[in-house]
Amino acid sequence: MKQDGWWNRLDSPRAGRTAMRILVVICAGLLAADFFYPKHAAFSWEGWFGFYGIYGFLGCVFLVLSAKEMRRIVKRDEDYYDRPDA
Amino acid sequence: MTALMHSLPPGTVILVGALLAPLVPQRVRQGWLLALPVASFLLFIGLPAGHSVSFHFLGYDLNPVHVDRLSRVWGIIFHIAALLAAVYALHVRDTVQQVTASLYVAAALGAVFAGDLITFFVYWELTAVTSVFLIWASRNRRAYRAGMRYLIVQVGSGVLLLSGTLLHYHTTGSLAFGHLGLGSAAGVLIFLAFGIKCAFPFLHNWLQDAYPEATVTGTVYLSTFTTKLAVYALARAYAGTEILIPIGAAMTAFPIFYAVIENDLRRVLSYSLNNQLGFMVVGIGIGTQLSLNGTAAHAFAHILYKSLLFMSMGAVLHRTGTIKGSELGGLYRSMPLTAVFCMVGAASISAFPLFSGFVSKGMITSAADHGHYAVTMLVLLFASAGVFHHSGIKIPYFAFFSHDSGKRCKEAPLHMLIAMGVTAFLCIAIGVYPKPLYDLLPYPVEFHPYTVPHVVSMLQLLLFAALCFGLLNLVRLYPPELRSVNLDSDWIYRRVLPVFVQSVGRTVTAGRARLTVRAERALGRFLGGVYRHHGPEGIFARTWETGATVLWVALLLAACLIYYYI
Repeated sequence: MKQDGWWNRLDSPRAGRTAMRILVVICAGLLAADFFYPKHAAFSWEGWFGFYGIYGFLGCVFLVLSAKEMRRIVKRDEDYYDRPDA
Repeated sequence: MTALMHSLPPGTVILVGALLAPLVPQRVRQGWLLALPVASFLLFIGLPAGHSVSFHFLGYDLNPVHVDRLSRVWGIIFHIAALLAAVYALHVRDTVQQVTASLYVAAALGAVFAGDLITFFVYWELTAVTSVFLIWASRNRRAYRAGMRYLIVQVGSGVLLLSGTLLHYHTTGSLAFGHLGLGSAAGVLIFLAFGIKCAFPFLHNWLQDAYPEATVTGTVYLSTFTTKLAVYALARAYAGTEILIPIGAAMTAFPIFYAVIENDLRRVLSYSLNNQLGFMVVGIGIGTQLSLNGTAAHAFAHILYKSLLFMSMGAVLHRTGTIKGSELGGLYRSMPLTAVFCMVGAASISAFPLFSGFVSKGMITSAADHGHYAVTMLVLLFASAGVFHHSGIKIPYFAFFSHDSGKRCKEAPLHMLIAMGVTAFLCIAIGVYPKPLYDLLPYPVEFHPYTVPHVVSMLQLLLFAALCFGLLNLVRLYPPELRSVNLDSDWIYRRVLPVFVQSVGRTVTAGRARLTVRAERALGRFLGGVYRHHGPEGIFARTWETGATVLWVALLLAACLIYYYI
């Protein structure tokens, strides 16, 4: 395999940006898909436009940012439990 | 002969075979270990639902073999997982691991088909004492200590189970392992025993503590049996117990926060294992036919994709010697097949359409939907997006892509690739054509996973979660992988309790030293007094004349007389 072939650039920032562009297009398509099928919702919010997409996105923002904050409290050095004073 | 074999608990072949394994020469032992689950499966699959063997022993009615539609699901998947793990472990030459892994499988199978609580208890404990060797087999100090903690927790669960069993027998006179519920003290004790092994919140940390310390192959075994046996036990004894719904929902949600910031990728998988157990527990709590089918289907699918994920991370550890996210990256060049298999596992756990998690988890969320459990539903959706975030993206991304770590190694060994390939095939096969799995489930299935709303909503949830990961990574808000350890509930028994005990110990030691000094002084004074009176110069040491003695005796007698007279 060539050193500079596409295969070797899969973890480059450029490949990441391309993947993001494709993802944005797919996500837009999925939002649009919401117009084209009837929803049988057990809960009212299930029928809202793009509910799952928005919930998934916001849920993950919340997850990551709060996990990051949680690090302040729970993060310790790698040898925390191995120290003799434990 | 066949009748005799059928009267033995499924897994007995593996049990006996494992005990004989050390006598089999290493050259052919690999074949022997592969043949055991196959032979056991062929014997087991002939047993019809309703097959039962019972006998009277020491005054108890024991029922060591009881096959029904619920236990059959677990029997089948345990056999499949055992065979796949045995293929994955073909390179292992360590007799201890070979024997204990097979014994562990046999114990888990025995437990699934136990019709009474005593038999169940025996196998339950056997899974604990056999599996701990898979942790100790790492043969380092960390693994030894983690294994010890694991063993204490597991045996503790067994003690609760035994006390509950005896109490249950005392109050009801029955040992049958059927529905128990939380209506009695015995029911609560057994519930706690199952809860420990099922990694309920606050009882969970033995899992994330011990599994990542086991050997490359040991973790693949561990990920399959112990916790899913607990799910089976809960489904058998506590179906429809409402408290399981919030417990399960909490289990799906809280481990994913840890998974996001954890650096050890096998520990990340342990957290997501915990999260997946939560879905199954919710299914048991809802207790409808749809939700119990969902739990059984999800356990089946989960065992495969979780094994696959642990296999792929095991292969990375096997080849590179590390499994820390902070030290990995760019491995897709060296291990492309492992990367693909890992992504199949990741897509399956994330419940992508056409992968196994989609057709099984969908039943549980659908049951929550039908039952109008609004909060539970929202938590499950959040957890579904979250699991994609950390298991679906983080694991493959940080191991195989991310920034190039510069590590160049060989692709995983052939037998590992075969094990991963077959497991990946099964994950996709179940996702594409779920009917054979649905036919196995305990109740008739009227669930259609591939409806437009289900597919679109799930894709929206997952791909927007991916979008979130991408954006946060792009603007560098995503927490980087750091060499660290995160405090979880194990902090209480690994740090707080030891520090507390040590401080109590120090206080006691210091107090004892002071006490000793005082006691010595007091003893010295006492002995001094004794010496003064009884020593060579003491008043009691003098020799008295006979007359004086008689006088004293007479005086004493007189004193006695006067005393009695009064």
